[in-house]
Amino acid sequence: MNTPTLFGLCAVALVGVGLYGLIVNPQPLRKILAFNLIGSGVFLLFGAIARRGAAVGMGGDPVPQALLITGIVVAFSATALAVALVLRLFDEAGSVTLAPDAPAEPPDA
Amino acid sequence: MPHSLSTPDVTTPGGLLLVLAVLVPFVGVLAGMVLGGRGARRVALATLAAGLAIAIAIADTLVRSGAAVVYLLGGWTPPLGVALRADGLAVIMLLAVAVVIGGIGVYARADFGTPPGVREARAPFVFWTLLLAVWGSLNLVFVSGDLFTLYVALELLTFAGVPLVSLGGQPETLRSALRYLLYALFGSVLYLLGAVLLYGAYGTLDIGLLAARVHPEPVTWAAAALMTVGLLAKTALFPLHLWLPPAHAGAPAAASAVLSGLVIKGSWFLAVRLWLDVFVGVVTLPSAQTLAALGAAAILVGNIVALRQARLKLLIAYSTVAQIGYLFLMFPLAAGLAAAQLDDAAAVNGGLLQAISHATAKAAMFMAAGLVYTTLGHDRIADLRGVARALPMTLVAFALGGASLIGLPPSGGFLAKWLLVSAAITTAQWWWALVMLVGGLLTSAYVFIVVVRALAPAPEGWTPKASVPCYQQVAVLALALCSFLLGLAVLCPVDVAGIGRAVVPGIGSP
Repeated sequence: MNTPTLFGLCAVALVGVGLYGLIVNPQPLRKILAFNLIGSGVFLLFGAIARRGAAVGMGGDPVPQALLITGIVVAFSATALAVALVLRLFDEAGSVTLAPDAPAEPPDA
Repeated sequence: MPHSLSTPDVTTPGGLLLVLAVLVPFVGVLAGMVLGGRGARRVALATLAAGLAIAIAIADTLVRSGAAVVYLLGGWTPPLGVALRADGLAVIMLLAVAVVIGGIGVYARADFGTPPGVREARAPFVFWTLLLAVWGSLNLVFVSGDLFTLYVALELLTFAGVPLVSLGGQPETLRSALRYLLYALFGSVLYLLGAVLLYGAYGTLDIGLLAARVHPEPVTWAAAALMTVGLLAKTALFPLHLWLPPAHAGAPAAASAVLSGLVIKGSWFLAVRLWLDVFVGVVTLPSAQTLAALGAAAILVGNIVALRQARLKLLIAYSTVAQIGYLFLMFPLAAGLAAAQLDDAAAVNGGLLQAISHATAKAAMFMAAGLVYTTLGHDRIADLRGVARALPMTLVAFALGGASLIGLPPSGGFLAKWLLVSAAITTAQWWWALVMLVGGLLTSAYVFIVVVRALAPAPEGWTPKASVPCYQQVAVLALALCSFLLGLAVLCPVDVAGIGRAVVPGIGSP
């Protein structure tokens, strides 16, 4: 087994674990962490693809690496936004749960 | 080979307008951030006017030249560079969004205005900057020709849409916003995974080049499936719609109009782009049937649940769930037409018209519900007596929007459903026509319930809680009229949506 394949398999495992966590875990913070796991898996896969697509004499295909950095920034901002929402929800409600307890009561129009 | 989106190697005349369409809203966001409060509102309204002019100029360029408008960023051709590209589909969406955002902007002047002498608050400032951000991201989704740029555009759209949900700041709206964000992140990470797989297999992310290179094999199927499911989660197609009703119903009326009318159309548009232009030879008719089956389930479930709602805003939100279903009926119809070597324009135009007429109608209906709430102090459907007396123009707007959702002539909804039904009959897929007819009946039931309740005379001595400015009612009515008269688009001499799209070879053909 060569290195890119090994990294690709690790990426697949990360995505799988993350997807499981995102769907199964009820707590928002764990869901956010699971999202980050999937994200890491995707980025790792992209890195493996960059290594595999390397031209002669080059360490890797530069395009995925450039896109990777953008992807990481986007995932970071998404995480920051989600954590900010969780914190605000805790301040307002005193607990953090996504249970749809009262969707029938839109508080504002 | 299917090669519907070949990018010319040069920037076409007027290509710079595409850059402006994306850049101007974001410049408005930054200027609004710097100026704050009242300044943000002024900047937003000025940008709305400028953006509408840009959209009209792009449409004019497209119709005159009869070919797609292209701009190569930095003069680099794909796959090295990134191209912005607007064909007929994109330009129609650009125009529609500019009109709807304009209407919402006029309406929101009252709800999110800061009159002289009043302290500047946070919600109006956030609303105006995010309104522009939503608009810029949508424009980027429409004109971008690169899968990764599209990923960034979709994420921007999410980041601008989520805070709009929780503008009120109550725990319940924060919870809806968080749920929406988690669904959207799930969707975007799946989309990104699909894009990465495509890059690994074909070495490019440019839509035009990919369309020429993809061929049916496991990696392409996996990528197509991942990207489609991701986009469905963002579009809130049944059964991934659970986040939508609380999020759209809890937001302020103007924000609901943006979310329900426009934001979900971004990811839908991308799904159309992928299925019709990129994965033409890869997706199969059964997979398109699956998408439409989900759409049919959305129509039935959304409409029936909407009928059972006690509150006007939740009713409208569930009606959005149902209307999203119609948007996905076009896929097997377009595939069927293409497979029969016929022009798929009927199905594509039908889907596009459905998107536009829903955007205008739903924005008008949400804003009408907002005016009702302001006037009555509540939006319980059982208690709407007196609305017709207090808000005649708004009730007419609601009824016209409802007529467009039902599909009464000459509304846009009528023309859209007519095109889709005739495509269904041409391709011998009569069951989709049946679903559309049943959906129309259910829609008419809840629209009539609301209108009849609102027409009941007010109790003795009843006075409105607050009066609403006339221009808000006019803005709502104007959007509803747009939707109602959209059926006249049939008189348009040019098939605008078809410009820049070559006739696509059938699904499954080499």
